[in-house]
Amino acid sequence: MMLNIGNKQQRVDGPQKVSGSATYSADITSQFYHAYVLQSSIACGSITALDTSAAEAFEGVKGIFTHKNLPERLKNRVDYTDPLSPPGKPFRPFYNNKILYNGQPIALVVAETFEQARYASSLIKVTYKEEEFKGSLYENLKNASADRTPDPASNRGDFKKAFKNSEYTITQEYRQSRNYHNPMEPHATSVEYKDDGSIVVYDKIQGVGSSLKYLNGVFGLGADKVQVKSDFVGGAFGSGLRPQYQLFMATLAALELKRNVQMVMTRAQMFSFGYRPEVIHTMKLGCSKDGTLQALSHRTVGETSTFEDFNETIVDWSGLLYKCEHVNLEYELTPVQSYTPLDMRAPGGVSGVYALECAIDELAHEAGIDPLEFRRKNYVDYDQNEDKPFTSKELMACYDRCEELFGWKNKKTSSENEPHLLTGFGMATGSWEALQQPASVSLTMDENGMFTIKCATADIGTGTYTVMSQIAADKLGVPIEKIEFKLGDTAYPDSPIEGGSWTVSSVGSAVAGVCKKFQYRIADVWKRNNPDYQQVDFDAILFQDGNLEYDAKTFSFAEIMQQASKEELSIAHNEAKIEGQTTHSGYAHCCVMVEVTVDQDLGIIKVPRIVNVSAAGKIINPKTAENQLLGAMIWGLGMALREEGMVDSKYGRIMNANFAEYHIAVNADVHNIHAEFVEEKDDKVNPLGAKGVGELGIVGLASAISNAIYDATGKRLRKLPMLLDDILEV
Amino acid sequence: MKPFEYTRLSTDDLSSDTALYDTTFLAGGTNLVDLMKYGVEKPDAIADIGQLPYDQIEEFADGLRLGALATNADTAYHPAVKNKYPVLNKAILSAASSQLRNRATNGGNLLQRTRCYYFYDTAMPCNKREPGSGCAAIKGFNRIHAILGTSASCIATHPSDMCVALAALEAKVHILRKGATLVMPFDQIHRLPGEHPEKDHNLEPGDLITHIELPNEGFSQNFEYLKIRDRESYAFALVSVAACLKVSAGKIEDVRVALGGVAHKPWKLKEVEHEFIGKEASTENFKSLAEKLIKGAQGFGTNNFKIPLVKRAIVRALNNALNPS
Repeated sequence: MMLNIGNKQQRVDGPQKVSGSATYSADITSQFYHAYVLQSSIACGSITALDTSAAEAFEGVKGIFTHKNLPERLKNRVDYTDPLSPPGKPFRPFYNNKILYNGQPIALVVAETFEQARYASSLIKVTYKEEEFKGSLYENLKNASADRTPDPASNRGDFKKAFKNSEYTITQEYRQSRNYHNPMEPHATSVEYKDDGSIVVYDKIQGVGSSLKYLNGVFGLGADKVQVKSDFVGGAFGSGLRPQYQLFMATLAALELKRNVQMVMTRAQMFSFGYRPEVIHTMKLGCSKDGTLQALSHRTVGETSTFEDFNETIVDWSGLLYKCEHVNLEYELTPVQSYTPLDMRAPGGVSGVYALECAIDELAHEAGIDPLEFRRKNYVDYDQNEDKPFTSKELMACYDRCEELFGWKNKKTSSENEPHLLTGFGMATGSWEALQQPASVSLTMDENGMFTIKCATADIGTGTYTVMSQIAADKLGVPIEKIEFKLGDTAYPDSPIEGGSWTVSSVGSAVAGVCKKFQYRIADVWKRNNPDYQQVDFDAILFQDGNLEYDAKTFSFAEIMQQASKEELSIAHNEAKIEGQTTHSGYAHCCVMVEVTVDQDLGIIKVPRIVNVSAAGKIINPKTAENQLLGAMIWGLGMALREEGMVDSKYGRIMNANFAEYHIAVNADVHNIHAEFVEEKDDKVNPLGAKGVGELGIVGLASAISNAIYDATGKRLRKLPMLLDDILEV
Repeated sequence: MKPFEYTRLSTDDLSSDTALYDTTFLAGGTNLVDLMKYGVEKPDAIADIGQLPYDQIEEFADGLRLGALATNADTAYHPAVKNKYPVLNKAILSAASSQLRNRATNGGNLLQRTRCYYFYDTAMPCNKREPGSGCAAIKGFNRIHAILGTSASCIATHPSDMCVALAALEAKVHILRKGATLVMPFDQIHRLPGEHPEKDHNLEPGDLITHIELPNEGFSQNFEYLKIRDRESYAFALVSVAACLKVSAGKIEDVRVALGGVAHKPWKLKEVEHEFIGKEASTENFKSLAEKLIKGAQGFGTNNFKIPLVKRAIVRALNNALNPS
């Protein structure tokens, strides 16, 4: 029988997606009232008057909600947290007349159509008492404090002394601007209001459990009164890790008006909540004459909101990736008048590794050593932050394969035809955690031998439906067509939120676990009904093609289970973390190499080639895994050269909240791009030996491009994004 | 968007001169409808001109007529445009996306509005959108803003690529005004902001562009449209240059240089071009032309880079036009 794990299985939900029959949260077809949010036009101050009369009188308007009429019970409730709330006080919509950031929701208009609601919102007259916007991260660095952050990995050795004694040193500052998630599907919530006062909520979320937790905390409905569903998510990248305000709004309106209500955010509103924060890194690195890394200090200051302390794991990466005895790590936060940042694809890792990999490149050049050789020289095979071995680490094989594929040594020179065009090569190391969270699943088999496996996890476009079906098919011993994997429903067994690249590891291991239980179950039933086989050892039984095989005899699952009780056909399973994760550290790794061209007159930077070679344990589906790598790499290109959330220094307002002026990379920006995996055996990371790949590909890419620009031009652009004017003016 | 009255115009409607006065014309809608959704444009009445017979592209003895309702895509790919006016083909195809070009019309392209961040955001002051409210771009983000012909009240740019090529080709615009035809040279269509940035152009209410006339000279041998932007497709020009040359024995017989992304209108100075006629087609002279063409350029902070960039872009475009690859 053909094994599914390791196959380039087509997406099982592909036909639904390409035919448009996949129902996303805004595709629910009940009759809905439509909600539209009016946002503040100032960053700081208070609302002194709010006249909604013209809006109320407008055709089709069914209700308007503001701080003036928010039900008292919502003001008195205190739990607006969700499972991923950082320390602090979560934002409470319409709580009072205070304005905490520009773009804050200040009124909700509900009408028969979206167009009516949107236009009516523009008829609301708002009078503010405006206070001065105090600026972005850079203007507020004096308020940076480590009191608001968790402690990074412990310092080790004596950095100061080792840095002083180093033969070569660099001290540099690197800046990263704010980035927004921009999933293709905007956030949407559709709430169906039932006669008994219960609601069914279709939410764009990376884990329905988070929406449920939030709704219960805010609205106090009780577990039997709320069901949250999310069959499909059109990309999220972290933007759906926390419930966003459309969930509150649609639910509030549905409960107050006792009607079905839908709220879909506009593209501009997709810039009115979380983002990858702007950060500033200060790097100090020193090495010996032969290029041995001696001392490393990484200090990062990041922005957060005035009401929550959003933190990431940023500087720890600098203590992890290379062998270094003397390390100093510092991480601080500065509040700015903005909404709270939010995890975005490889949160913290992207930022920390960006600064580290640029600094490593600078130090290698100081020492006169090829950047690839420098990295090999300082390779480390255990986790120095935690003082543990890795579950596996085939990064060296990534270096070797990437070098070969890319042709690292075959440096091109500028062509005679285009003397203004400079070519450069750059590289970086990337890494991401291989985590596993507890997860639960249930399995049932029907009389036809069809299996339904349920879990409250999500598929954010990553391929959860597909890889879980593959795992189940192999672990049960049935064709993949016999598996239906269902997700995105709070009625299903609990799952961790889909994030952290841990879904394959966590839910996949739980699926493998429940399948194993099923095999034991079916073997028991078989033995019970076949006295001849009472003494058969489980390991001597073969499970394949939907059959139990023993001693050259074949018994179909369906046939055996006819003699089982209904209860026996339903199996639940909770998968906990495994032992290996406490004694070992699990990480996936990659090496990325890029070629850039820089037009030295016009400053235009292009990336004709990107090659990524990753080590991520067992690859369940090379097709979806490659998709994830490529998507992440393209985003890395965007991060390096394109993306910048532009916050006006006077008004504190994001000024490019659209696809015309917030430049995500487009097809034309992507030329020759390649991703592949090296073999990596791992029997400790989780029962599948698989590491997540959703985030890995973006880590390091921006530094590889920055390093390649230096190789081409001799200019170090220590900021992101790197724009053509940076080339002209440096 | 604000509720509006919708009518579909037929040719008969054009004979009455009052009917059109108070309406906003809708053609492809790629810009107008967006602006209405954002609340930037709030017309009370829309007249859909999509059915009017101005979608033809016709060759005639003295040149080519581009119907105002022909789409940007049909225009760019028309054989006469590709062969005779390749600078226009290249300019159009550098703009927007194929979906937008399939929908957007030539007349609408001329009348598209600026992409200034503050113009688009009704929460922000903007003299163009709300006269007298102030300009937030002058001291704010102005990376995409003008360096030439600005005023204290507005530093917005005209965002079109097509118009830059049309300016270089010295097209003429045919306008129906109160039942009569008016022909306007291309450089008189758009205006500089001055004290009235709310006015993008010199058309009067009720004026309807019927077609654009291209003169015979298409510079099909020596041309370039160089567009510099923040990504390789689907971005407005930071700086663009339409360069057309006629060269004989190394001497410039005719030269046209129009700039996009630097002013409230495509920037072209006939007197500067004249100065170089008869001179050697050399990088040195191209540099000198560039200096003269952007004389008086002024940056506002984040757009300062455009000053050196546009000079280099002009020289590159002229050299590329001179030495087609």
